[in-house]
Amino acid sequence: MLTLIKGGRVIDPGNVDEILDIVVREGIIVDIKQNALTEEDDTESIVIDASGKLVVPGLIDMHVHLRDPGQEYKETIETGCRAAAFGGFTAVCCMPNTNPVNDCRQVTEYILKKGTKEGSARVYPVAAVSKGLKGEQLCEYGELKDAGAVAVSDDGNPVTNSRLMRRALEYSSRFGLRVISHCEDLCLAEGGAMNEGAIATRMGLPGIPNAAESIMVERDIALSELTGIPVHIAHVSAIESVRAIRDAKKTL
Amino acid sequence: MALAKKDILDMESLSVEDISLILDTADRMKEISERPIKKVPTLRGKTIVLFFYEPSTRTRTSFDIAAKRLSADSLSLSASTSSMVKGETLIDTGRNLEAMNPDVIVIRHTCAGAPHLLAKMLKSPVINAGDGMHAHPTQALLDLMTVRENKQKISGLKIAIIGDISHSRVARSNSIGFKKMGADVVLCGPPTMIPKGIEALGVSVTHKVEEAVVDADVVMMLRIQKERQQHFLFPTEREYSMMYGLTHARLAGAKENVLIMHPGPINRGVEIAYDVADGPYSIILNQVTNGVAVRMALLYLVTGGARDADAD
Repeated sequence: MLTLIKGGRVIDPGNVDEILDIVVREGIIVDIKQNALTEEDDTESIVIDASGKLVVPGLIDMHVHLRDPGQEYKETIETGCRAAAFGGFTAVCCMPNTNPVNDCRQVTEYILKKGTKEGSARVYPVAAVSKGLKGEQLCEYGELKDAGAVAVSDDGNPVTNSRLMRRALEYSSRFGLRVISHCEDLCLAEGGAMNEGAIATRMGLPGIPNAAESIMVERDIALSELTGIPVHIAHVSAIESVRAIRDAKKTL
Repeated sequence: MALAKKDILDMESLSVEDISLILDTADRMKEISERPIKKVPTLRGKTIVLFFYEPSTRTRTSFDIAAKRLSADSLSLSASTSSMVKGETLIDTGRNLEAMNPDVIVIRHTCAGAPHLLAKMLKSPVINAGDGMHAHPTQALLDLMTVRENKQKISGLKIAIIGDISHSRVARSNSIGFKKMGADVVLCGPPTMIPKGIEALGVSVTHKVEEAVVDADVVMMLRIQKERQQHFLFPTEREYSMMYGLTHARLAGAKENVLIMHPGPINRGVEIAYDVADGPYSIILNQVTNGVAVRMALLYLVTGGARDADAD
């Protein structure tokens, strides 16, 4: 049986960006070309009209919160995966700030098991940097990797202790796990409701300066240089952070 | 032949000839401990001060027994029984001790370089029994002796040292000692426990035990200190044991008749499995036995015993 995806803007980043048809046979793409036709006698062919739409490879969301276990009233692995699939995302990396925290094999395995059962998107669990996200003790990365974790992060909290962050970079490298850093100086950001500036001032809302993010981005860059181990900076939102990351990449 | 050194401070300052002389002397000293009457008059009338600023059972006992077997008078001082608690500096304590004419001062100190400072200030020979994370030459010498005794050579052997290399004076002194005597040394531990620039000692580094033990003639395990957990060097004893504990399965790639060593005290079931510690290739207790012989040799050599013997 053939499926024909017709007339969409096909994007394969860096390779393809044009209006094309995609021919799929039994779940496998067999042809990508202009004006593809189904065989005339094949009455079982399905034609999907994609004109005016984007046709892209399965997207991966590097940073989602499935809130499961513990906060299922907000989101579950099932609803999160279905939302992802609906938006064109075939895989998601879910952050560990659940309850209990994904800091041990049992939670990682629970997430994977439920994600596999749900099936609408692939689930890649990100485990915690520190036990309970408390920034006091490293998690057992060897065991978490074995259980199926793909990276580590204390997302939701910054790793405020620079020594712990250094050791996390070093220890995770032994197991091929990347550290994803939530960069925020909590003291600078404390109480803030929006970006610091004219609008916050006019609205009478407490502001968060860009430096609350970029200070920790620069720290993590320094630790990355010290250890020689790459770090992944999550949700970059300030121009100062972008500059710091760009400059650091230049010196690699 | 006599030792051309006043002090035994670290493995760097000992030449290949010095080390060979010490090991040969220790081989002969060992026999004394096997006699029914384990005492010779060699150091009769000599005074050995054992000055331990840091807790120690094995090393201090070993020096004490070594001194007694050579008929020297030994006395032990610890940080709590010395005037250090009254605020006296190391140098002043050393000078006061020297004023009582000791023949050798053995010192262990938490600060790297303390024995070197003392050696520079005092006329008496100083033996370093461990200074901070810096050096533990008598341990390295007894390890060299034990390996040589079991393998009849040191040159060409592959020595794997596994554990917290960062905080280990034993790893540093053994790396230098074994390299100097022609062995290959590979250091292994999680990246958190490998100090920066250690390759400058001429050793190689790996983070996987399975890689470290490949074709190893000797596997030396280091004690994992639980308090290091607070410094984020490892998450739990459980994971350390699972990833870095020496088990029979992990030894599969090592040479046949691989020797298992450990400076002690061992944490059974953590860095070393029970059956490996007690297994046929374990020479952990031989190390302790040879420790006495090496320390007898050192006390004998630094007091100029050899010169006297030559004169006879």
